[in-house]
Amino acid sequence: MLSPDSLKRIDREIAKYPAGRAQSAVIAALAIAQDEKGWLSTETIDFVASYLSLPSILVYEVATFYEMYNMRPVGNKITICTNLPCALHGAAQAAVHLKQSLGIDFDETTADGSFTLKQGECFGACGDAPVLLVDNKRLCSWMSNDKIDELIAELRAKAN
Amino acid sequence: MNARSEFIDYGPEAIILAGLTGRNWRLADYVARGGYEALKKILTEKTPPQAIIAELKKSALRGRGGAGFPTGLKWSFVPQQYSGDKYLVCNSDEGEPGTFKDRDILRYNPHVLIEGMAIAAYAMGCRRGYNYIHGEIWDTYERCEEALEEAYQARYLCDNILGSGFSFHLYNQHGFGAYICGEETALLESLEGKKGLPRYKPPFPASYGLYGKPTTINNTETFAAVPWIINRGGEAFLNLGRPNNGGTKIFSVSGDVERPGNAKLLEMAGGMRAGRKLKACIPGGSSMPVLPGEAMMQTDMDYDSIAKAGSMLGSGGVIVMDETRCMVRSLLRVSYFYFEESCGQCTPCREGTGWLWRVLNRIEHGEGRNGDLELLTSVSDNIAGRTICALGDAAALPVKSFIKHFRDEFQYHIDHKRCLVPDYV
Repeated sequence: MLSPDSLKRIDREIAKYPAGRAQSAVIAALAIAQDEKGWLSTETIDFVASYLSLPSILVYEVATFYEMYNMRPVGNKITICTNLPCALHGAAQAAVHLKQSLGIDFDETTADGSFTLKQGECFGACGDAPVLLVDNKRLCSWMSNDKIDELIAELRAKAN
Repeated sequence: MNARSEFIDYGPEAIILAGLTGRNWRLADYVARGGYEALKKILTEKTPPQAIIAELKKSALRGRGGAGFPTGLKWSFVPQQYSGDKYLVCNSDEGEPGTFKDRDILRYNPHVLIEGMAIAAYAMGCRRGYNYIHGEIWDTYERCEEALEEAYQARYLCDNILGSGFSFHLYNQHGFGAYICGEETALLESLEGKKGLPRYKPPFPASYGLYGKPTTINNTETFAAVPWIINRGGEAFLNLGRPNNGGTKIFSVSGDVERPGNAKLLEMAGGMRAGRKLKACIPGGSSMPVLPGEAMMQTDMDYDSIAKAGSMLGSGGVIVMDETRCMVRSLLRVSYFYFEESCGQCTPCREGTGWLWRVLNRIEHGEGRNGDLELLTSVSDNIAGRTICALGDAAALPVKSFIKHFRDEFQYHIDHKRCLVPDYV
């Protein structure tokens, strides 16, 4: 259900914990599964659960509790922090620009499925405002409207 | 907006971030700066663990995560005689709006944290430790993984470190988007692979922590101060600060300043943006009470002085708001954060945070009612102190303090259905 490479990465996470504590690796394992699949279907969650020898419900609880798991298919996921420190330093304007450029609101996906826009809570990178995350892992700092346009163009080009 | 480079200079008085360029984070660089000398010293001299804890107490180092609890005292709570597993945990789940100092320690000087944790592990007899890193800063997590690899290869982390008989293994775990995991017992739950629901206390982590074993949890900046204290002594650290407030503290300055960054003073953040006037300031991350500009400019930036002024130093996240800012809208975003991040375990917080946000939302959108300010105060009072963890208090304190200091502005919104200050996006 997951590639040998993903399983190797999960094994490496399990090894961080004492024997018999594989449950501790569940957050990382789900992130690895999401890297491969793009989102967490029930089948993927069940597979992670069986791989870690855990009841599915425990893994499902984690998947739905933590914000960065995609419980539905998404496009290139852009998450912008709009918390107060960022809002004061250009993020409110950047969010408007993103919505206009993509033609969608927060928690929506473009009709062609290529972009999903999310409003993020604090990344712990307020000094980089406006700051956004692409697909959870790429942090983009000081995002002026021009830089946002470049980013969207780059992601579009990659998709084509 | 000013163009920004990746790296900012921390100034001559920096301790943890001294001598950094943004590129010299590797083990060889750290060793060239005198790194791992403190660990070598205690291991070769076989310093008694009690002496290290005594030195920490002398230093008056207080927890840098927000609570300001004396570190040496916390370390003395771990049962020394306990023969089973004991754990050491670093809370790098930095996500308190306005706070972004630990990220800089982790990405620019990761080995200072590793050394600090190894010394702490020695002092408390822990053989295994975890560094829990905020999920949103993935490249920083990856750098910490690389730094750990370097430390293992150099055998600063292993069994029988430098032939001393002391063994310590350290691992990184990333979060995946949950503010509540910065609460220490929620963090432990998360390390165990569960939802981040804070635990009832007591029992405290010192007796019942990770996997039910004695555990000490400190903030990144706290551990990172430890090598300096061991090298130069607790007294030297104490003398850098103020009585009962030892050492230096990293402040993160954000909001309406020219150059948000980690600085000691407003001037280092380039001053107020566009030369405007300071209207309000939250001195310790968004969970702390707001202070009016005038009160802020008259206070010293240490734990006790800020407490005297009516707020808390918290995490050192200084959020600056200038005269063009609407206090209703500012508080609305803060309240949305706590509504979104409440774990839902305790009724007053789960229901109250949403209620606060909805009332503020209607005031902001010209639908405020007379009595709403009393309602907000009442809901706040019924959250604070009635929840398992401090998130409830963190949701209530901003509301109460914004209304206390800017009541006229809130009332104007209700009376006139519009804002007192010119709008911003």
